[in-house]
Amino acid sequence: MDIADPNPFGALPGTAVGVTLLEAQALSMRYKVAGGGMLHAVDSVDLTIGSGECVGLVGESGCGKSTLVRLLARLADPTSGRILLDGQDIAAVSQARFAGMPQRARIQVVFQDPSESLNPAFRVFQSIADPLRRLLGLKDQTKLIERVRRAAELVGLPPELIERYPHQLSGGQRARVGIARAIAPEPSLLILDEPTSALDVSVQAVILRLLADLQARLGMSYLFVSHDLNVVRLLCSRIVVMYLGRVVEMAPAEALFTGARHPYTQALLGAIPDPAKRGEIRSRLDGSPRSPIDPDPNACRFHGRCPKGTERCATEMPRLTPAGQGHVVACHFA
Amino acid sequence: MRATTLTRNIGHAFGENRLTLVAVAILLLLLLCAAFGTVLAPYNPLMTDGTAKLVAPCMAHPFGTDALGRDILSRVVVAARLDLGMAISAVVLSFAGGLALGSAAGYFGGWTDRVIGRVMDTIMAFPLFVLAMGIVAALGNSVLNIVIATMIINLPFYCRFARGEVNVRREMGYIEAARMGGNRALQVLTNHIVPNILPPMMVQASLNMGWAILNAAGLSFIGLGVRPPTPEWGIMVSEGASNIISGEWWTFVFPGAALVLAVFCFNLLGDGLRDLLDPRRRI
Repeated sequence: MDIADPNPFGALPGTAVGVTLLEAQALSMRYKVAGGGMLHAVDSVDLTIGSGECVGLVGESGCGKSTLVRLLARLADPTSGRILLDGQDIAAVSQARFAGMPQRARIQVVFQDPSESLNPAFRVFQSIADPLRRLLGLKDQTKLIERVRRAAELVGLPPELIERYPHQLSGGQRARVGIARAIAPEPSLLILDEPTSALDVSVQAVILRLLADLQARLGMSYLFVSHDLNVVRLLCSRIVVMYLGRVVEMAPAEALFTGARHPYTQALLGAIPDPAKRGEIRSRLDGSPRSPIDPDPNACRFHGRCPKGTERCATEMPRLTPAGQGHVVACHFA
Repeated sequence: MRATTLTRNIGHAFGENRLTLVAVAILLLLLLCAAFGTVLAPYNPLMTDGTAKLVAPCMAHPFGTDALGRDILSRVVVAARLDLGMAISAVVLSFAGGLALGSAAGYFGGWTDRVIGRVMDTIMAFPLFVLAMGIVAALGNSVLNIVIATMIINLPFYCRFARGEVNVRREMGYIEAARMGGNRALQVLTNHIVPNILPPMMVQASLNMGWAILNAAGLSFIGLGVRPPTPEWGIMVSEGASNIISGEWWTFVFPGAALVLAVFCFNLLGDGLRDLLDPRRRI
């Protein structure tokens, strides 16, 4: 546990330094699938996001990142668990009720595909103004125009584009509209669900710089979801690694990059192309993840694919345990 | 700003599709007849003239006269109000009803969807024209009941169309974004989904209008609803049909042509309307 932690006793492993903004406790999401099994999309995840902190969430496709995002953003109801926003449980009400609550404005999402997340029948102005009307009850037209203009300015969207339809914008411009819409209500937590994955590489860099700049200026907390570790490293101070619905490792960004403990994280880091390491043998993963349907509660989810796995991993699920300096890891051999 | 954009869009839509202009011209002509038919008609459409029975088209009677000596041009012009009125009110009613029921079914799913779906299937299970005949026969012979019957047989098409269109949009990213933006379920549906399904629905309505006109006229043709001597295209064709063998073609050709023109006009209008209403094609 970090010595600088102001609350070292009551805190969960991996607690952020500073004031906690959002805290997920034993958050789970299970779906019934055809054939009678239960798909464990998110399995008792504990996660804290500090005020003004930027947390990265990484994992391969299908590991439950997007489901976790939808749960934390209160766009889906969890099967069990709590989500505390400033100490208040916001998962106690259904997501349909939550849409009408004042806290709705405090958590906003920048969606993965900017083209699909903008209403084709809405002009840019309407897309940004609608949440302001609904969430903040802003009715006054001149104030509304002012807020929309300011949000557009923050994300670097030229004012002449405000009266355009989404189909008249480029991919990068649409991404900016999506960001403007999310930050306009001044949320405390901005969840970025792979915000650059649908963009060209050249535009990606510009949008990432914009996001870093916005965080510095507005002081929001970020939860940055990505499958690209390099992107996360640029922005985030702490990184959470997920595998098959569970958190397997959580650490400050630099600690994770220099001293990853979990074999899965090590494999992820090994997969990053690095010209300096050409010719070196990397830890590489074979096969695909186990089925998320009715997983064995007593086996490590990574067992079978793990280079270090032993019989113990098949019979005992490793718990998340502190490994010093805010680093927690769920592996028997870490 | 908004007004100029609208005129630009109208110009754009017409410029791309010249046939739409033709359709609009025909529509204006029909609407003119519907609004001022009694003033425009050269004769009283109900006035019989024993000395001028079955007169072939000439200067005095451009469309000729029928077996009772009534001027066919006047009757065709005056009938526009009744025929268009029945069809438009039926289409407006089934459009509104179908949009409401279909989008509720598509958005809420579950038992709402099942109940509405089965009711529509029940309507569709009948031969629709026979169903309309049955409804008019059961409710009584009146113009209102023709409208109701036409509305009911049109309802499933709008309902299914709206359901399908809502269903594909329900899971779109912008719907999730709308919920995140504080919209409640009903607001998501009315403010975020419906604006997107209106353009295809309008096209459907315009194409459907021709069918509704034929339906209303068809019911009158077989003697349900509107009664003689009321000028109505369906009745006129029906009355003129007895003259087919004796060769007085003008008695049924002109009212029939009016029907064809109206149906044609609304079908053409459908395409133009789609260009005008689809935001993706706006400039």
